[in-house]
Amino acid sequence: MKIKDIQDEIVGEFDIFETWMDKYEYLIELGKSVPVIDEINKTDDNIIKGCQSKVWLHAEQDGGMIRFYADSDAIITKGIVSLLIRTFSNQKPEDIINASLDFIDKIGLRQHLSPNRANGLNNMIKKIKFYAIAFSKSN
Amino acid sequence: MNVLKNIDSIRKDFPILNTSINGNKLIYLDNAATSQTPNCVINSISDYYKNLNSNIHRGVHSLSQMATEKYEDTRKKFKSHFNAKSSSEIIFTSGTTHSINLVSSGFSKFLNIDDEIIVSQLEHHSNIVPWQMLCEKTGAKMKVIPMNNIGELDLNEFSKMLSAKTKVVFVNHVSNALGTVNDIEEIIRLSHSVGAAVLIDGAQAVPHFNVDVTKLDVDFYVCSAHKFCGPTGVGILYGKEEWLNKLPPYQGGGEMIDEVSFEKTTYSELPNKFEAGTPNIAGVIASGIALDYINNIGLGNIKDYEDHLLNYATEKLLEIEGLKIYGESKDKTSVISFNIKNIHPYDIGSLIDNLGIAVRTGHHCAQPIMDFFNIPGTIRVSFCFYNTTREIDTLVDALKKASTMLS
Repeated sequence: MKIKDIQDEIVGEFDIFETWMDKYEYLIELGKSVPVIDEINKTDDNIIKGCQSKVWLHAEQDGGMIRFYADSDAIITKGIVSLLIRTFSNQKPEDIINASLDFIDKIGLRQHLSPNRANGLNNMIKKIKFYAIAFSKSN
Repeated sequence: MNVLKNIDSIRKDFPILNTSINGNKLIYLDNAATSQTPNCVINSISDYYKNLNSNIHRGVHSLSQMATEKYEDTRKKFKSHFNAKSSSEIIFTSGTTHSINLVSSGFSKFLNIDDEIIVSQLEHHSNIVPWQMLCEKTGAKMKVIPMNNIGELDLNEFSKMLSAKTKVVFVNHVSNALGTVNDIEEIIRLSHSVGAAVLIDGAQAVPHFNVDVTKLDVDFYVCSAHKFCGPTGVGILYGKEEWLNKLPPYQGGGEMIDEVSFEKTTYSELPNKFEAGTPNIAGVIASGIALDYINNIGLGNIKDYEDHLLNYATEKLLEIEGLKIYGESKDKTSVISFNIKNIHPYDIGSLIDNLGIAVRTGHHCAQPIMDFFNIPGTIRVSFCFYNTTREIDTLVDALKKASTMLS
């Protein structure tokens, strides 16, 4: 599935929620149920620095595709992180580099990306793109 | 004026309290970060630009003289509010951080590699980092006054740290993260007994109770106007005249000079020596209006009412299952830092933001305190005299809801 299609799918899933509480409950569920990273990869090098919640990101290349693994110590952040992984994992580096990310805004979670939240999510998106650039050069 | 009886009319002075956030009426409980602004302060800024705008201390023309007069009258207001000996002991800066940097950078003139300086574990980063930079520059060593597990400083340990090597001690009057009111009278007395200078960061104290710098015998006392209903970008630095005369200027520029030639420049007298360039004239004048506003309500009334809010909220919050309060000093301002079970404070803050409730989450720019408790951060609610017990009830309901969702 292409990055754009995955994003559209996520937007569709969130469209059915009528209240912010339903939306957050779903995010919390996503945060709780997805084991996103091996403990062994939760190293200091993989921490994306942010002011409030910690985010870890690890990437591996597999047959021309990049797989991302991530985690956060805050459950709502973890829910959003799991959506980012779903969007960018198993994609080609050049598709990741060229992708524009719009689903977070469309599902009404833009405040989590504002610099004020400073929770590492913006830095995480940057790091995902950096990984893609690095892997594309090594190919 | 009793705040409790006049709460409705006081709230009307603050237009932002009618704002809706995410479809709910704003409940603003982040007053330790910045307080809201009453109409008289907002109008003062607008009046300045409509009727008075001109550069101070320079023009021969009437407008400049009027603006200068208002600006200098404001200095007199702060002089009398803090009971300083002279108006020239009051310096206007851009905020507490600027004031601390002004003093710490000046101390590089007095320190060498054998000297020691003392900070407390309870400090905001702005009262740690400038002094660390001073240590890097001079080679002086920094010692830290420890705290106990209810968030009070151990003055017994402090007295053991002091020696003839101690040159300056810098401690906050009130902790921004926990609300602890420190025994600064004793800290100042002990520091002076070894000849050390003392800077007190009063950013979290000045909005809540009276401060008398002469009675305290403090060398430097600093605060920010936006914490007591004034505008952002204005700080007040009180310094004893003898200290301010000894300190070198912090910034060079216009206004702070006596005579300038390419061979040599001589500096102005106090307070201009520390006010290089065009200051935040509108902001300074509006800060004086904010000071008048809180004094009109009365800091005694404000303290009584905020103590009432603190006690009410503490009692209600402790009814929430798994809630733990950090900072339980007997003497506190209206600040409560807490966590619920092992839920990340960011998660709670994000959820209750959807209900229009503004709190602070995180380390509150005081990471050493969070390290002490071994937590990533806390949720902090901080009250002002315009908050109500009804708002606290709404907060408690929201926290219960968030806790259920996240457990």
